[in-house]
Amino acid sequence: MKKPIAGGSGSVAGLEVALPHPRTSQASPLTRVLEHEGLLAAALLAPTILLLGVFIAYPFVMGVWLSLTNTSVGNVGHFIGLDNFVKAWNDSIFRTAFWNTSVYTFWATIFKLALGMWLALLLNRNFRGKRLVRASMLLPFIVPTVLSTFAWRWMFDPTFSVLNWLLYRGGFIVTKLPFLSDGVYALWCAIVVNTWRGMPFFAITLLAGLQTINTDLHEAASLDGANGWKRFWYVTWPLLKPVTLVVVVFSIIQTFSDFQLIYVLTGGGPANSTHLLATYAYQIGVATGLLGEGAAISLCMLPVLFIVVWLQLRYLRRLEGA
Amino acid sequence: MVIEHRWKKWVFFYVPLTVFIIGTLFPFYWMLVTAIRPDAELYRSWRAATNTPFWTLSPTLEHFRDLMAKTTFPIWLWNTFFIAVVSTIISLFCGLLAGYALARLKFPMAGALGTSIFVTYLVPPTLLFIPLANIIREFHLGNTPWALILTYPTFLIPFCTWLLMGYFKTIPKELEECARIDGATRFGAMVRIIFPIAVPGILSAGIFAFTLSWNEFIYALIFLSSPERKTVPVGVVSELIRGDIYFWGQLMAGALLGSIPVALVYSFFVEYYVTGLTGSVKG
Repeated sequence: MKKPIAGGSGSVAGLEVALPHPRTSQASPLTRVLEHEGLLAAALLAPTILLLGVFIAYPFVMGVWLSLTNTSVGNVGHFIGLDNFVKAWNDSIFRTAFWNTSVYTFWATIFKLALGMWLALLLNRNFRGKRLVRASMLLPFIVPTVLSTFAWRWMFDPTFSVLNWLLYRGGFIVTKLPFLSDGVYALWCAIVVNTWRGMPFFAITLLAGLQTINTDLHEAASLDGANGWKRFWYVTWPLLKPVTLVVVVFSIIQTFSDFQLIYVLTGGGPANSTHLLATYAYQIGVATGLLGEGAAISLCMLPVLFIVVWLQLRYLRRLEGA
Repeated sequence: MVIEHRWKKWVFFYVPLTVFIIGTLFPFYWMLVTAIRPDAELYRSWRAATNTPFWTLSPTLEHFRDLMAKTTFPIWLWNTFFIAVVSTIISLFCGLLAGYALARLKFPMAGALGTSIFVTYLVPPTLLFIPLANIIREFHLGNTPWALILTYPTFLIPFCTWLLMGYFKTIPKELEECARIDGATRFGAMVRIIFPIAVPGILSAGIFAFTLSWNEFIYALIFLSSPERKTVPVGVVSELIRGDIYFWGQLMAGALLGSIPVALVYSFFVEYYVTGLTGSVKG
């Protein structure tokens, strides 16, 4: 470790000597900036703050302003107060969308957590081909959602569905199930696809958490006579809780604000029955061109996201304090 | 380890794992079968007696050929790749610097800044796409790759910063202090000592960022309009569906080809990815 450090400092000194104007002071202004902790921090954080400021903070403020105006494409709007929000609230499609978003998020998150935890526990054991299985289990998560959702849409196809074929051949059904042509079925199909896609992320993150747990704890517990379920509940779960919380919050936010899955799978149909807030905001704001109303609809996601994030920050603080 | 009976291992391990594997991989198998199946077989009644849905006796590459020759698919691939690489590099650069500053340096408002970067990580793109479309127009970036290269880092940087910050915290401070005693500047110690140690963290952040940008859809859908500028997900959605007609063979061929690059990246780096995550979970 000694060598590269010495080499590193040597080259800095060499640079100092090679400067055309010999310096009387001991350090150049640049070095002084780099040595001062506050200034260095400002320099290091500047690119991040600039990008996030221009492309997150600014659009956020602009979004709030747009939602209070009646702007539409090619028409500079004027201030109309909370009319857009009132209008949204009285709109039955909006209320359906809000309800769908909540149902979709709730069930998909529960399924992802339960199945992901189960899969993580399975993958944490030793078996032949472990690496290959682990890698292939990640596939749904890494393949672009739009592309894999097309595969599901094809599997749910009204005329050529392979799932209908399987169920029919297996003797479970007599007529085809209306996978995507019935609003209730379609929303549950979307929940299934979302679970399929998000489960690997839960599994792999929980697996990473599981690997930090000392196996001695399990041995000790089983010597004390704890069975598999008790070992999970009293040893694994308490240690895994912080990681689980982070993953669940991340997943709730992703699911609550989901767009692409519904856009490809149902497009919000049949008859606007499967819209989520994001797809409805897109339909109003971009497809119809009512920018103000669209911005208002997507801002309606904010209170829910805010509560989730706030709860998480509070929990993490308490964890750090403890 | 805990001793188990043979049948228990089957019931609680092999059977569930097999179900998981089949459930996870079946859609990909279905993509493949559809992509190499001739059209005549593809659109056949599901009750036909001669139906062999799980394989095909006359595999064909016609869908792949059509995809390459009749659409601008190769250009979409290149666009997606270019945009993903450049925005990943930008995000890693910003995330490295910011992560180091937040993990190591003491300065006023460090906590507040850290929290606010963490919170932007939780602001989803679907919340901002309408005002952001206006801003892209204001900056005259519409329908150029730069519209995406500059906006993707908004959801990549917070993640990279967060992951790398956790990673830096696991590196002992003494290493840096030794270098400083030997005369390295603070900046020099960061670049020469800390960054090389953080390579696994940087790789896993990079992989994650690359996948997220490859996967991104809504910004690409809204900011790009001409077919030769599009990325794979948007191109597939808008060019391979004409009205109500879905070209399923080509769609599945496109889905396969569009998935291969990210799958390759992962297959090489999956171990790094898990270790990187383990590091940040611990930290």
